[in-house]
Amino acid sequence: MSAQGIGEPVRRKEDFRFLTGQGTYTDDMNRPGQLYAYILRSPHAHAELNGIDISKAQAGPGVEAIFSGKDMEADGVGGLPCGWLIHSKDGSPMNEPPHPPLAVGRVRHVGDSVAVIIAATREQAKDAAELIKVDYKELPAVVAVEDATKAGKPQLFDAAPNNLCYDWHLGDKAATEAAFAKAHHVTKIDLVNNRLVPNAMEPRSAIGEYDRATGLHTLYTTSQNPHVIRLLMGAFVLHLPEHKLRVVAPDVGGGFGSKIFHYAEEAIVTWAAAKIQKPVKWTSDRSEAFITDAHGRDHVTHAELAMDKDGKFLGLHVQTLANMGAYLSTFSSCVPTYLYATLLAGTYTTPAIYAEVKAIFTNTVPVDAYRGAGRPEATYVVERIVETAAREMGIDPAELRRRNFVPRDAYPYQTPVALQYDSGDYFETLDMALKASDYLGFPGRRDEAAKRGKIRGIGMATYIEACGIAPSAVVGSLGARAALYETAQVRVHPTGSVSVFTGSHQHGQGHETTFAQIVADKLGLTVDQVDIVHGDTDKIPFGLGTYGSRSLAVGGSALVMSLDKVIAKGKKIAAHLLEASEADIEFKDGKYTVAGTDKAKTFGEIAMTAYVPHNYPIEELEPGLDETSFYDPKNFTFPSGCHIAEVEIDPETGVVKLVNFTAADDFGRIVNPMIVEGQVHGGLAQGIGQALHEGCIYDRESGQLLTGSYMDYDMPRADDLPNFQVATNVTLCTHNPLGVKGCGEAGAIGAPAAVMNAITHALGIKDLLMPATPQRVWQAINPMRQAAE
Amino acid sequence: MTSPVSMTVNGKAVTATVEPRTLLVQYLREHLGLTGTHVGCDTSQCGACVVHLDGKSIKSCTILAVQAAGGTVTTIEGLAKGSELHPMQAAFREHHGLQCGFCTPGMVMSAVDLAQRKSDLSEHEVREWLEGNICRCTGYHNIVKAIQAGAAAMGSAKA
Amino acid sequence: MYNFEYHEPSSLADALSAIGSAEDGKLMAGGMTLIPTLKQRLAQPSDIVDLAKIAELKGIKREGNSVVIGAMTRHGEVATSDVVKSAIPALADLAGNIGDPQVRNRGTIGGSICNNDPAADYPSAVVALGATVITNKRRIAGEDFFTGMFETALEPGEVVTAVSFPAPEKAAYMKFRNPASRYAIVGVFVAKTSGGVRVAVTGAGACVFRQNEMEAALEKSFTPDAIKGIEVSADGLNADIHAGADYRAHLIGVMAKRAIAACG
Repeated sequence: MSAQGIGEPVRRKEDFRFLTGQGTYTDDMNRPGQLYAYILRSPHAHAELNGIDISKAQAGPGVEAIFSGKDMEADGVGGLPCGWLIHSKDGSPMNEPPHPPLAVGRVRHVGDSVAVIIAATREQAKDAAELIKVDYKELPAVVAVEDATKAGKPQLFDAAPNNLCYDWHLGDKAATEAAFAKAHHVTKIDLVNNRLVPNAMEPRSAIGEYDRATGLHTLYTTSQNPHVIRLLMGAFVLHLPEHKLRVVAPDVGGGFGSKIFHYAEEAIVTWAAAKIQKPVKWTSDRSEAFITDAHGRDHVTHAELAMDKDGKFLGLHVQTLANMGAYLSTFSSCVPTYLYATLLAGTYTTPAIYAEVKAIFTNTVPVDAYRGAGRPEATYVVERIVETAAREMGIDPAELRRRNFVPRDAYPYQTPVALQYDSGDYFETLDMALKASDYLGFPGRRDEAAKRGKIRGIGMATYIEACGIAPSAVVGSLGARAALYETAQVRVHPTGSVSVFTGSHQHGQGHETTFAQIVADKLGLTVDQVDIVHGDTDKIPFGLGTYGSRSLAVGGSALVMSLDKVIAKGKKIAAHLLEASEADIEFKDGKYTVAGTDKAKTFGEIAMTAYVPHNYPIEELEPGLDETSFYDPKNFTFPSGCHIAEVEIDPETGVVKLVNFTAADDFGRIVNPMIVEGQVHGGLAQGIGQALHEGCIYDRESGQLLTGSYMDYDMPRADDLPNFQVATNVTLCTHNPLGVKGCGEAGAIGAPAAVMNAITHALGIKDLLMPATPQRVWQAINPMRQAAE
Repeated sequence: MTSPVSMTVNGKAVTATVEPRTLLVQYLREHLGLTGTHVGCDTSQCGACVVHLDGKSIKSCTILAVQAAGGTVTTIEGLAKGSELHPMQAAFREHHGLQCGFCTPGMVMSAVDLAQRKSDLSEHEVREWLEGNICRCTGYHNIVKAIQAGAAAMGSAKA
Repeated sequence: MYNFEYHEPSSLADALSAIGSAEDGKLMAGGMTLIPTLKQRLAQPSDIVDLAKIAELKGIKREGNSVVIGAMTRHGEVATSDVVKSAIPALADLAGNIGDPQVRNRGTIGGSICNNDPAADYPSAVVALGATVITNKRRIAGEDFFTGMFETALEPGEVVTAVSFPAPEKAAYMKFRNPASRYAIVGVFVAKTSGGVRVAVTGAGACVFRQNEMEAALEKSFTPDAIKGIEVSADGLNADIHAGADYRAHLIGVMAKRAIAACG
């Protein structure tokens, strides 16, 4: 094996261009003759759209065209589709109201798109937008799920009475009721999972272009999955056939889920570019991003856990209201259902679980998958209630968890909520985390802090996530309208260098390095001999993209399949050249050898032979060395781990200082430990951000977003975080060829519960709303002082 | 209402005819094609747009191009010598201080300003300095390590 | 941003004539507030008069017991000035914690005090240190300069040229910052000067104000314990999504206590 193979901390191939300012992000691109689009957006949370007067604006300097929803409707443009059909308890399909790219008749959230202005410069388009007169009739708005379901509240859609999208359930209700009936103790908790704004640092951008000569439409966009955008936009929105639509997602500056979805602006610029036959670019301002990028989380949950006298979990009942926002975004419907309730077993053997989820429309930005997507919400419920149960039962939180963990010998383990865990060792990651965090030394640190007038607390969370999304037939049976396999093409060039065309898309994950390491490992090459090509529907056969920690587990598996095909074909060629039987040919370290001899051909020689087949088994074998595979996973993968947070609270100000954070994770086999650690760090920062800093606040009456910029939405900065302690345990995934599980979301999944368990431990309280801002903590310490919010 | 605005960018004298309302970052990106400097917010917080003006780090989204006229600007494109990375860039690569790369140019330019002031940096000093640079990918852990190493390398290169 | 005419005078006289002849002109110092405001299209001046090239507005010098800081002096220059650090370390410390390093490399003391943002840091130092604001027309006692939210005593055609800070016996500034914007939620500047003790509070109200009760207590005993029993009223204090009035009132006491302790 080369020193650049699987398991090596190879420095990233992509870094040179990013470090020298030569990355190519969408807004860095400009097309000849390009114009700029600015989108006029609703200042109201809810209003009838009675008329749009563009007469003055049309005459503005530099203005090329102005379009509204009616123009798109007249062209037969469809609504933005939702990719997953959920059925309610009663068997009825979810309410799926239309979501036109530009609003027609009504606007339903602040930021809803009303008209697009296309002009020679961005500033001219903005100037013209100010001249448009929109006749709004304001309607009362509703933003909180608790409000939206009450009688007499504003209704977003006639087709969705009581703002209900669906009323869904999972699990065995009767068995769960029976478990509660025989419980020794029941722990109850009410939780809010705060709404977050993903905030990838690169604002979204899209350029539409139309080639009159060929009829080809091209969309350059900030996307995590260009093929999915081509499919959704082509088939459902603009009705363009795939062979006339190319979608390119070049360098993308972070996604965290928010760039999975098909957004209105992509359809608008693609459609408008064809309409005016000029390229059209749109780039979001950050303020615009806050009111248009899909938000994350926003659950209100009541949960109850039944236990026997030893703290053995008997049953779990969870009721959740999930905020969908004003429209159904691409993946939104599956997040609080199949990505949430299926994870409620956590790392435990709870035998009976029943989950009920109501999805609710509100006058807010649509909510969809954000790093972890459903799994952080599930982990928060499970780990907050388990911690609370431990305190109520007087059992050490680590011990209570151990008593209920899935035993080491129980795999494959079937949960009562549909999943089958293939492998794991929750005892080991718990022990690793306890040791690394010096859990036993906590009382000493607490006493030392108390001498300084500070209050310390320690809290843990274990987690399980379902990654490697997903077995197509399984998700199809659950309502997914798309498959979730992945594609990889390995093109060996005549001199033995390799281009890989992958349907995975990188936007920070380092695939150009890790995927190259897999190739290098398998074919005995260096990573510099391998290029990973992604993000262009014209180059890559097909792809489902990158989200849900799926790239290595699914895209990497497809890559291995293609590499195996390449190696196998090479064996046939080598057998011919070496005049040996194919069965006697071994491939190792880049050489085909006749077993037990020194007769060998290098991989490069075989590649050359494949492309210059002068001496070749041409009767049995095609020339060329270029293999494509589609890998459909057999099961989800199940990364797991234990996170421990230690906090120190200043009781005078309420400031929470995170003094230590330990993460012990099991991601299966690790291809590049340096990159895996980086992924964990980033996930932790977002999870800690949810617990301590971030929270989207809407004015409950007006529906205005109060945290609409970095002046008010607090994301963690360098001086808010400690260095992290990160460790990994390896249990291999049993059903994919690399044994990998996925690592991108883990930090964001485990951290919130760990931090909140530490804070509530320090303060001796049951719960505190996230984010635990200084004011909230201070109020918790001084309950007599008036709540100020 | 346009007028020619000249300055020195990455060692070269440049001129572009722009409106007074043109920001320095627009001048760099749209008129000079130097797209390494990024725009990540509109409230001067994220720091993706940090460049050096007359040797000091500034946010190029919060200064007009006309204000920088006559000045000396260094952008991320001006750091490396050909294919040889600047010590700070090399440290970011070595310590995995970047993921998606979008905040990276601003991070590196900010870090170089800090390292020019002091080469022996504590973790605390680095974290405090980065108040004006937001990264959403790395959790800062590796950025801090990279800057400490990069500053040390710059210090020993000078010595 | 709306378009405007840009002027870059090299003397104060030229600046005054440019602003005088503009339809709706605006002076620009560091631009750290003005440019974001323009970007959001929240202001539409006809002309911008940039003060950056006016040499007479720049620099830091010691004059007797005072430190005189030119209006166009950047925060970073104040923070690292040997003159300021030796005479009024608390002022250097305050300047070194405004915004972030890049903001400090552009933002100016003149711009900050003329904008008089209720959450700005400098006003607390000007008031607590008994500084004098020097304009092209007159000298204004620091306390009289700040008249209300985003309001100052400046008259049309009047430009701040410098601020003169008398060196105190002891002083310290404690800031409880907004974690997102990094402006002050509450900032308390405590100074023990030859003219008495002053406690100036920024961030908490519509405009910087003095905490008279604390000042009186500290005149008697300049110790953190001296203000222990003082209950700060929340009446009239700011309330926003980050901090309610009660919490701000409480933080005034905590920050004041810590500032006094930091005075040594």
